Amino acid sequence: MRLTAGESVASRTSRDVLGRGLRVLGQAIREQPRIFAVAVVGSVLFGGMVIASAYVVGGVVGEVVVPSIARGQVGVGTLALAAAALFGISVLRVVGIFGRRLGAGYMQYRLQAAYRRRVTRRYLDLPVAWHQRNSTGTLLSNANSDVEAAWYPIAPLPFAVGTLVMLVGAIASLFATDWALALVGLAVFPALFALNVVYSRRMAPRQARAQRLRAEVSGIAHESFDGALVVKTMGREAQETARFASRAGELRDSLIAVGRLRGVFDPLLETLPSLGTLAVLVVGAFRLRQGAISVAELVSVAFLFTVLAFPVRAIGWVLAELPRSVAGWDRVRRVLDATGEMPYGQRVLDPATSGPATLTFTGVHFSYPPAEAHLPGAQVLGEVGFTVPAGRTVALVGPTGAGKSTITSLAVRLVDPDSGTVELDGVDVRELTVASLTGTVALVAQVPFIFDDTVRANIALDRPGVDDEDVWAALRLAEADGFVAALPDGLDTMVGERGTSLSGGQRQRLTLARALAGRPRLLVLDDATSAVDPRVEAAILAGLRSSASQPGVPAASILVVAYRRATIALADEVIYVEQGRVVARGTHTELLATVPGYADLVTAYEQAEVDRAQERTYDDEVAPLPSGLEIEVDR
Amino acid sequence: MSVKNDERDERAETTWQTLRRGLALSPELRTGLAATLALALVYMVGRVAVPVAVQQGIDRGIVGGLNLDVVWSVVAITAAILTVTTLCGYLMMRRLFTVSETALANVRTRAFRHVHDLSMLHQQSERRGSLVSRVTSDVDQITQFLQWGGVILLVNLGQLVVTTAVMLAYSWQLTLVVLAAFLPAVLVIRQLQRRLGAAYATVRQRTGTLLGAIGESVVGAPVIRAYGIAGRTARRLDDAIDGQRLAQQRAIRISIVGSSVGELAAGLALAGVVVLGVTLGVDGTLSIGQLTAFLFLVTLFIQPVQIATEVLNEAQNAIAGWRRVLDVLDVAPDVADPGEQGRDLPGGPLDIRFAGVRFAYPGGPPVLHDIDLEIPAKSRVAVVGETGSGKTTFAKLLTRLMDPSAGAVLLSGVPLSEVRFDSLRSRVVMVPQDGFLFDATVGDNVRFARPELTDEQLGAAFTELGLSDWLDGLPAGLDTPVGERGEALSVGERQLVALARAYVADPDLLVLDEATSAVDPATEVRLQRTLDAVTRGRTTLAIAHRLSTAQAADEVIVVDRGRVVQRGPHDELVRDADSVYGLLYASWLEQTR
Repeated sequence: MRLTAGESVASRTSRDVLGRGLRVLGQAIREQPRIFAVAVVGSVLFGGMVIASAYVVGGVVGEVVVPSIARGQVGVGTLALAAAALFGISVLRVVGIFGRRLGAGYMQYRLQAAYRRRVTRRYLDLPVAWHQRNSTGTLLSNANSDVEAAWYPIAPLPFAVGTLVMLVGAIASLFATDWALALVGLAVFPALFALNVVYSRRMAPRQARAQRLRAEVSGIAHESFDGALVVKTMGREAQETARFASRAGELRDSLIAVGRLRGVFDPLLETLPSLGTLAVLVVGAFRLRQGAISVAELVSVAFLFTVLAFPVRAIGWVLAELPRSVAGWDRVRRVLDATGEMPYGQRVLDPATSGPATLTFTGVHFSYPPAEAHLPGAQVLGEVGFTVPAGRTVALVGPTGAGKSTITSLAVRLVDPDSGTVELDGVDVRELTVASLTGTVALVAQVPFIFDDTVRANIALDRPGVDDEDVWAALRLAEADGFVAALPDGLDTMVGERGTSLSGGQRQRLTLARALAGRPRLLVLDDATSAVDPRVEAAILAGLRSSASQPGVPAASILVVAYRRATIALADEVIYVEQGRVVARGTHTELLATVPGYADLVTAYEQAEVDRAQERTYDDEVAPLPSGLEIEVDR
Repeated sequence: MSVKNDERDERAETTWQTLRRGLALSPELRTGLAATLALALVYMVGRVAVPVAVQQGIDRGIVGGLNLDVVWSVVAITAAILTVTTLCGYLMMRRLFTVSETALANVRTRAFRHVHDLSMLHQQSERRGSLVSRVTSDVDQITQFLQWGGVILLVNLGQLVVTTAVMLAYSWQLTLVVLAAFLPAVLVIRQLQRRLGAAYATVRQRTGTLLGAIGESVVGAPVIRAYGIAGRTARRLDDAIDGQRLAQQRAIRISIVGSSVGELAAGLALAGVVVLGVTLGVDGTLSIGQLTAFLFLVTLFIQPVQIATEVLNEAQNAIAGWRRVLDVLDVAPDVADPGEQGRDLPGGPLDIRFAGVRFAYPGGPPVLHDIDLEIPAKSRVAVVGETGSGKTTFAKLLTRLMDPSAGAVLLSGVPLSEVRFDSLRSRVVMVPQDGFLFDATVGDNVRFARPELTDEQLGAAFTELGLSDWLDGLPAGLDTPVGERGEALSVGERQLVALARAYVADPDLLVLDEATSAVDPATEVRLQRTLDAVTRGRTTLAIAHRLSTAQAADEVIVVDRGRVVQRGPHDELVRDADSVYGLLYASWLEQTR
């Protein structure tokens, strides 16, 4: 049979997968050598007992049953011995099963746990910029299903290894019994092995396809249900269902393809050893006539063929899982090998300083890598420089998409600039230790993130020196003490995914309290009070501008992204950004007078009102028409 | 004990009911079922062919005088039988998989559609994850079971029956020995299987916890970084990882005990068969071949028992999954499409009437009380009120995302409940605050409701909305991918896309639910003005977060604690400084100037 080009490529890649898959298995064995040894010893013991059981059954038939029936008399001792041997072998087999399955299971679960730990450690070590480049779904499945897939073949591995040993033992025992029967074995067992290999090879790509389609079907369901409101309000249920149904149909077809392959091979895998047993009967009868073997041996070999068929399938299971394992392993390695950590420095800001910190941006450039390779990377910030002087409140104002959030991320070192520096009290933030950095600055992001934990844990975050008193003080400052006190379990109430659902404003105030609880010397608010009442916002900012111990002296410097005039009014200085550049800075009044873009932005509502008033006057004077449509026609 | 029995009966009954409900829902599962079962039965006969051949060969061709011709013919006949049974096996599986996968794919799709047909109350975010499971993992569990455990269960049950029948034909005494040896094993396995079910439930629950913890470490990465709490997060992850591992290890221990018990029973049976078999053989009631065949048959008996714990557990999970899918399908859509019997909305601009509308969430206090309201066609109305005043509920009732608890909402005189969804959704469009975007390009998201629109038409729509500058600023214009849930765009930008999407849908009634809340004020004002221009001649109702919207509207409806307390043009309402609107406006002025 000639291979087509495609097939030969496929077989080459599948050989490649085999090699790489075996290397993954090797890695597993190196990491858990002892438990693997236990499992293999158990498996070999089991295999040995399978062979032994065949010979004992044969022996019992040949040496006990035939003579007893022929003599018409039972040898009680021999019979008891035979029964004991059969039961004893069962007990040893159970020991083997225990070792094999327990070892294999523990090995698989330990490897999974170890690699989940490693992968999630990388998530914690890798910078936010890396997280932004990878979709949430990918990272979730890297730590979950990819790790699982990588170690899936571990479950049947010891069984397969034991079976290989058993097959060698079986062939050897056949040769020891009779060369002619051994030849039957040499024909049947390799054929069985080959059938399993072909089965797995054919099955692997079909399984992979089904798995991929399952993920896609699930992706569509997730997205479609998340967007249910849009689907519903636009009446697109039928189209969404069609989109889902077509992928579900592909999944159905691929599962039917899997099933058909199963339908071909499962019965064949069962029939082949049966045919072997029949061959043994024919050949055995010949050899019996020649006097080369005994009835006992004939029965033994026939029995051996029956009991060996099932374990051989374990080899197929391992082979079938290898492609999935390699794919999972590659994805796991991609995370483990990812570079670009943002290491923290060694310097510590003077711990004796308890006053507000100074933040300085000098010539900061920043661009995000392209979302897809063929798209250009977007420069977000260019040559940004400004200072938030100690104890001052600075408002960052600019239109949607101007780069304000990126500035806040740089200020707390979620990302590093491409060039330029960000300094706290004159020290580059890249040189600071993690404790010094996070002890100095706190960011409250635009979208509040609540951990699936208690209110207390969400605010204290196990930070040393943050006790219940501090938590309540922070809650009071964020004006969140009222609703927290009203929660069923107070500070112990579970919030987040599994717990009480909070309103947007409540979530914002909790994250605000989280920032305040650490008594930061620089507070960065990224439009973090949009759902909070302006009066509350003013109270919070006022509270920060005056420290508890020394009234009138500011506790923290503040950088606040804001649209509200009320918020801007609280700032000592305004920095106006447009398209990633600082366009102007000064007091609100100065900017209002000198920067048209700024004036447009902050006076948009007033301006709209003035315009409307003018239009109305015009309409009243010129053409008091009853409806809009006619006005349009009129114009 | 009696309590336990009751529980078991109840569960068995529900299992039976689930199967009946499932079959009623998927009648295609019954198609050709008899033929499939007949094929399965023939296939099972193949399993006992070899022991019978061994018996025949030994008794007639080997013991008591070798007769190779007899051996030959026994082998030839058996080989022919095996060929037929193998073929039957193939046909049986082919039929089974084709029928079951087709039926389940239909169930999956039907459940998907049904979820979309449920009202918002059922689609709340906290239930969304489980709704996804209904059409994914629950159905996967059933198909995976059918492809593996289901076949094993079917074939092995048959194998038990056929094997027992052959054993009985050889010797009822030995059959009793075998059954006696397996009886304790079966009892133990039943117990174990229950514990295994509980153990797997723990595994599933801990896996859920683990996924939650991983999700936090991924989604919360910026917070973890900003607060330097990697250590705390790592501890939480480790706890979840080890929790899952310990649960998995416990489950596998129970599973191993189950298969070991089966193995020991087999040993016991073999020993018993030899002891009694030889005695019977000496008595002359049993031939050597029959006894030998018995030893083969006992091993056939082992296999089903050994994997019984696992397979039964899988079966239970599959049934439970099926039940959950059926339960979702059983939830009657509380906001149902009147379909064929329904009416179309009359052409032209739509007017709105709320007649004695009351609304309360199930089990909750009333959110809206006795709203009577008429809004003329072509008017631009703003609904304002404090958070929690009921103004969003207003929008949801108007777009029939929910039905009022009492009273009716009418559009141009037609009660909404009588309007066909096709008509309603093409004429009435709402832009929600969270303008969800699909993981596609900007263009594809905008043409969501009108896939036939060309890029030129979309470009023109952006120009009409005054957003062409913004569109041109994107890396690839309309072809810019928006990422999962639109996360590649800022919150404000997502709202712009959602607005464009509603605009091209060309509705006669446009409902905006704080649709521009995250856009900067200058852009918002600009959008407002262009929207005013392009929606002339249609009815628009805007739930307003910022009072600038109210100032621009023809009329303002003020909602307070579930009641309409004021309505009229902004200028009139604002005259009464102590009214609800007067106070809202004062606070708005305080924020903005």
